[in-house]
Amino acid sequence: MAYVAAGYLVTLGGLGAYAAWLTRRARQLTRERAQ
Amino acid sequence: MTTTTTSTATTTSASTSTARRASSLLGWAALILVGATVGLGLVLPKTQEQAEYSRLIAVHPPAAWASYVAVGVAAIAAIGHLVTRRASWDRVTIASLEVGAVFTAITLATGSIWGRPTWGVWWEWDARLTTEALLLAVLLGAVALRRSLAPGRGRAVITSVAALATVGLLPVVHFSVQWWRSQHQVGTLLSPDPASNADNPYIVAMLLGFVAFTVAFAWLVVQRVRIEALEEAHDEVILDRAITDRRAEARPTTEVPA
Repeated sequence: MAYVAAGYLVTLGGLGAYAAWLTRRARQLTRERAQ
Repeated sequence: MTTTTTSTATTTSASTSTARRASSLLGWAALILVGATVGLGLVLPKTQEQAEYSRLIAVHPPAAWASYVAVGVAAIAAIGHLVTRRASWDRVTIASLEVGAVFTAITLATGSIWGRPTWGVWWEWDARLTTEALLLAVLLGAVALRRSLAPGRGRAVITSVAALATVGLLPVVHFSVQWWRSQHQVGTLLSPDPASNADNPYIVAMLLGFVAFTVAFAWLVVQRVRIEALEEAHDEVILDRAITDRRAEARPTTEVPA
């Protein structure tokens, strides 16, 4: 089961990390634009 | 005049609000569908051949599918840009290439994790694995090339050409298992070998995964396109400031006679 869990973690972790980076970058750029 | 300006501002504000609502809806749909895929994938029955490792079918093929969709969308957007020269197509091209790189990396990682207990190795220089790794290298190369160039029409054209070159790899990746001897199975859906077709619960989980990852891809592209537009506006502001500063520096100082 460890390999299955690792596969799902890598998928969700990868997508989650990328989505979080996009959200943070968008907020940062929006804040800079407002200044 | 004031009425027209107010009306335009109201329309822009309304369309921005609608776009945000649509993006939010897409994000929630992606979250729910990916959650459902994971839930269904983790309760799939064990198989005689692969025990519980077959449960990875709900994430590995859908990630590969999403990478194909990403490269396909990037190529269509590249053609759109080359034909119309519109910046919006260029933004979709680079967004799809970058999101495609993420899905390709996930495909390789989950494939490697699946390969370890079933093949006995983390990696094999097999036709499918090698061509998939090549696809990732090309996608990362295209994104890196874009970042190394100054914003402008030239950069957009080079990105479009890179996207069109990348889409040429898709048939090589997909049919690699048929063209060369490969350890990787021929196909899970519509396989020429009926023995390699998966049973119903696996097909349902995989198809749900295809839908979920396609929606997730769409949401990620929308976010990445927004960032690209914000970065372009940010670059313009910085350029304007730099030009103003240089002009101020170059202005001759008038000396006041004593």
